Amino acid sequence: MATIVAEATGQAILHEEHEQSFLRKYVFATDHKVIAIQFLFTTLFFLMIGGLLAVLMRYQIAWPAKTLPGGGILPETMVASGYILPEFYNSLVTMHGSIMVFFAIMPMLVGVFANYLIPLQIGARDMAFPRLNMLSFWLMVPAGILTLASFFVIGGAAAAGWTLYAPLSARPDLSGVHLGQQIWLVSLVLIGLSSILGSVNYITTTINMRAPGMTWFRLPLTVWALFITAILGLLAMPVLSAAGIMLLFDQTIGTTFFLPAGGGQPLLWQHLFWFFGHPEVYILILPAMGFTSEIIASGSRKPIFGYKAMVWAIVAIAFLGFIVWGHHMFQSGMNPTLGLSFTISTLLIAVPSAIKTFNWMGTMWRGNLRLHTPMLFAIGFVAMFAIGGLSGIFMASTPVDIYIHDTYFIVAHIHYVLFGGSLFALFGAIYYWYPKMFGRMMNETLGKIHFVLTLVFFNLVFFPMHGLGMKGMMRRIYDPTGYQHLQGIQDTNQLISISAFCLYASGFLFAFNFFWSLRKGRKAEANPWDATTLEWQTPSPPKHGNWKEIPVVYHGPHEFSHPDVADKDWLAQNERPDVTSPAGAH
Amino acid sequence: MDWSLPPNLSTQGVHIDALFWIILVLTGIAFLLVESGIAWFVFKYRNREGGKAHYTHGSTRMEIIWTTIPALVLATLGIYSGSVWESIKSAHSFPEDALRLRVTAKQFEWNVTYPGADGALDTSDDFTLRNQLHLPAHEPVIVELRSEDVIHSFFIPVLRVKQDAVPGMTIPIWFEATGTGDFEIACAELCGLGHYRMRASVTIHEAADFESWQASQTTGS
Repeated sequence: MATIVAEATGQAILHEEHEQSFLRKYVFATDHKVIAIQFLFTTLFFLMIGGLLAVLMRYQIAWPAKTLPGGGILPETMVASGYILPEFYNSLVTMHGSIMVFFAIMPMLVGVFANYLIPLQIGARDMAFPRLNMLSFWLMVPAGILTLASFFVIGGAAAAGWTLYAPLSARPDLSGVHLGQQIWLVSLVLIGLSSILGSVNYITTTINMRAPGMTWFRLPLTVWALFITAILGLLAMPVLSAAGIMLLFDQTIGTTFFLPAGGGQPLLWQHLFWFFGHPEVYILILPAMGFTSEIIASGSRKPIFGYKAMVWAIVAIAFLGFIVWGHHMFQSGMNPTLGLSFTISTLLIAVPSAIKTFNWMGTMWRGNLRLHTPMLFAIGFVAMFAIGGLSGIFMASTPVDIYIHDTYFIVAHIHYVLFGGSLFALFGAIYYWYPKMFGRMMNETLGKIHFVLTLVFFNLVFFPMHGLGMKGMMRRIYDPTGYQHLQGIQDTNQLISISAFCLYASGFLFAFNFFWSLRKGRKAEANPWDATTLEWQTPSPPKHGNWKEIPVVYHGPHEFSHPDVADKDWLAQNERPDVTSPAGAH
Repeated sequence: MDWSLPPNLSTQGVHIDALFWIILVLTGIAFLLVESGIAWFVFKYRNREGGKAHYTHGSTRMEIIWTTIPALVLATLGIYSGSVWESIKSAHSFPEDALRLRVTAKQFEWNVTYPGADGALDTSDDFTLRNQLHLPAHEPVIVELRSEDVIHSFFIPVLRVKQDAVPGMTIPIWFEATGTGDFEIACAELCGLGHYRMRASVTIHEAADFESWQASQTTGS
């Protein structure tokens, strides 16, 4: 056992080199890297479940008059004589959204990568509060089990949409869902607590535990993004938790916060939900932007174009993210004058997003692009996020929103941002940091095939949805065929569904690559991508405690192709060269 | 499926559709620039033997340009959108002498209350029809939207009308049809089990035909 003094904090950290018990090392672990990997396996499982629910939904929309093949294995309360029931369909819609947002994408962005990357990229040995970190993971587990179990209780899983609009969500007599909705709310409070604990940890760690020389403007953009995201989470999650508890009270002990019959106000739910919900949208995209910045700089072999503008864009998006929630409510019955102010803040937030997109392109400009799988997914992110950002302008324009609100145009938009955006970046991040996590490389050929399939099928699924929205196809309908204005769109719905099945199937190629590479992948060296940030300057995978000695930082995060470095095209943050850092690089 | 908006049959829809196409053109240009730029960079700057990246930390001038242009375009769009929105939604945009109807939504039907011959709601000659909305063309109509149970959303695609009906609130909307025909109200907000089949017929008559239809309803009952 040796005691090493971390210079960054002045704290004595016990660096245990004796073997820990299996239970302490892999189950109730406090090492941030192990917790991140626990989150990774859990969230990949939920990603698979959430995708499966979408597959079932797409089958129903495309072939509402046909029986579900293999539907017999599901209980009668879900699939009766081969047909998906409308009540089960509403649960599918609701739980697909809930699981993807709360159990797949969000914990994958922060639970996995904030945990894994913040200490390694700032040069710390672990999180500020390792036990709190452990608790954060172990709160997610019961929440996840509850969520899955809710499918099998009487009345089925929650069916009021992932946005849970009251009074439908508050009145079991009107929704037909009793216990399922309550379980959803309890699990929401647990996952909220998990995320709040995580946020406290990420914020404290970033502020207090940076290595010597790691000034704020030398932080990798990933850390900036994750740090700001943690602040958003800390401010927004408690609002959702409080609203969730109020809704639970409306259901169980007879309060009427959201029920007009008792003097409550249904719009109050929407204000509370979206006051959380819109910052949440940025919780789901900012980390993805961070990973993308990191991978694009490394893949282009260039410093990020306009580092400071990128940082301020993150800060601006985060701030504006708190004053745009009303744009979800233009048609809700809210005072129309409020609509005007929310339009302005919404259009404003498009500006920093545009800056980021152009700066990524600026980074690629005159680069020396290494088009490996992570880079392809990062470029894919920029290309798809651009579409999601541009389609957002339609709904920010309030008059246009009158027509496209609650149609498939919105479904297209959110998936371009959340799948084309967040999930593309996450795939890129997994391919990129996998060697660091597991000490082996994922297979490049399989990775590239996975990228091409994902890009093609993703666009075949979601791009035509813009057209469905233009036709006026409403969201969350079990059967579109009965409507006069929706005649002649079923061929498109079937194309979308077939593409969605292929998209889901291509996910298994990724899963195969992931698990196969754990044992059979090529051994990874410490720095397989020739990257500059600190995590690449320690072995893959890093040992408990991360460093032999805490690194000292001399440069900004992306010093690629520095003209004064002769033999290679990168300069690690902790490398002491005999060059003066150029202006702007610090 | 062809990529088009359904035919528009309302005065407000003209402005909504125009705005839609303007935004489509603007975003279409941005889309082409960004996507072709990315594709070109991937091709042109792909890794080649002995290739070297150009070392730069950015260009403030370029950043100012690509901040200012989108900001100006968006500001213009915002102002234009705001004025159209005002003309549709603000309290003083509502026409004085419009036909007043009341639509009360409940799981899973639309109940329409007509004022009858006296033209006033909440009088003895009112009558209510389930799932049948009759309207005159070329005449402003105000619909008072209510809901008895959960939130529904009143959506008539050809009239470019959509408004949530919220229990505990009466929300007025107005529109003016520019043509006649048979259409549907759809519910656009998830409202429970029968959400997908919550529709009602919409019949738009010539103004004179509407009068005689309304008269036939009151005498018939």
